[in-house]
Amino acid sequence: MAENVTPRVRVPKEAAAGEVITIKTLISHPMESGQRKDKEGNLIPRSIINRFTCAFNGETVIDVAMEPAISTNPYFEFQAKVPESGTFTFTWIDDDGSTYEDTKEIAVA
Amino acid sequence: MRQTLRTGAAWAALGLAGSAALAPAAMAQEANLVIDGEIEIVTRAPAPEHMEYVSEIFSGWEYRSPETQALQMDDFENPGMIGVDNARADFETALGPDDQSCASCHDSPKALEGVRAVYPKWDEAKGEVQTLEMQVNECVTERAGAEPWDYTGNRMTEMVALISSVSRGMPVDVAIDGPAQETWEQGKEIYYTRYGQLELACANCHEDNYDNMIRADHLSQGQINGFPTYRLKNGKLNAVHDRFKGCVRDTRAETFSPGSPEFVALELYVASRGNGLSVEGPSVRN
Repeated sequence: MAENVTPRVRVPKEAAAGEVITIKTLISHPMESGQRKDKEGNLIPRSIINRFTCAFNGETVIDVAMEPAISTNPYFEFQAKVPESGTFTFTWIDDDGSTYEDTKEIAVA
Repeated sequence: MRQTLRTGAAWAALGLAGSAALAPAAMAQEANLVIDGEIEIVTRAPAPEHMEYVSEIFSGWEYRSPETQALQMDDFENPGMIGVDNARADFETALGPDDQSCASCHDSPKALEGVRAVYPKWDEAKGEVQTLEMQVNECVTERAGAEPWDYTGNRMTEMVALISSVSRGMPVDVAIDGPAQETWEQGKEIYYTRYGQLELACANCHEDNYDNMIRADHLSQGQINGFPTYRLKNGKLNAVHDRFKGCVRDTRAETFSPGSPEFVALELYVASRGNGLSVEGPSVRN
């Protein structure tokens, strides 16, 4: 079970209709690869975020399958076109079954 | 990246073909460090009066590549801020038998604004110069009655990063006169003493040769206004005494221990060489 997992997201508060905005996301997570061994030589079990998704008003913006080679505290930056006011929902799915979620509102002027 | 006119002129005089290719990097360094478009950081300043051989002081930020510099201009991209967030939660964590937390006395981290800028500082009650880490441990052990934190452990370094982060943009201003002077003199002595099999003093690299390359590394002035520093090479926040230790080790010497009186004196002296630069921690370096 990973500790201190905190999602962080940056989305502009407002945009023009149809504007392409940049979204930055980061989640603090050790991303233990499952390849490393501890001092006694035992394999440290894999514990990573294996999927990240972002949806806007229920419509998928991005859906990422994540693999063990990704570093600690995975960071994603991507762009999205915003046709109307609404809510971005971000979801991270952990190997241990937990999901972490964050939402951000955006207003279209 | 900073390249001084001095080195630029030397290349020109020698007619080295590579100088033209290297020159553009010198232009890029004229960027200024502004964090989140709000906090202005002074990265170049006139040297404090006590420095005899240097006329201008530069933050280590000046010597890094544009990519590394950019990481520090946005708190979202600064990986050191993750440590700051951890410490923010820790600030409220109850310690010791009476469930005292940092917040019991200090309300919020914001209440500690300005603290980083004046440390290390003479402590009248203890009769010694104290670093920020020592002060935190004094709170943890004497005030809260808990076990002391490891001097360069993650928990301590993250807390120091939090305390530093609320002072960003304020000028470093450590006192070197009065009761602190003796410790300061001792630190200066260490700074100019050659250590190790390579017989190198701090000054040999960071005063005589800053802005030159030491193999693949671009030597900075060794300023500590940006500590704790998130280093890309080890992917974590680094305490200043750990950095000192790394430097002394590289001279192939037996190092002083983090938290030792020698390193406290050296920290005071090196901090005073940065009087006038802004508090920058947590900074990002390679």
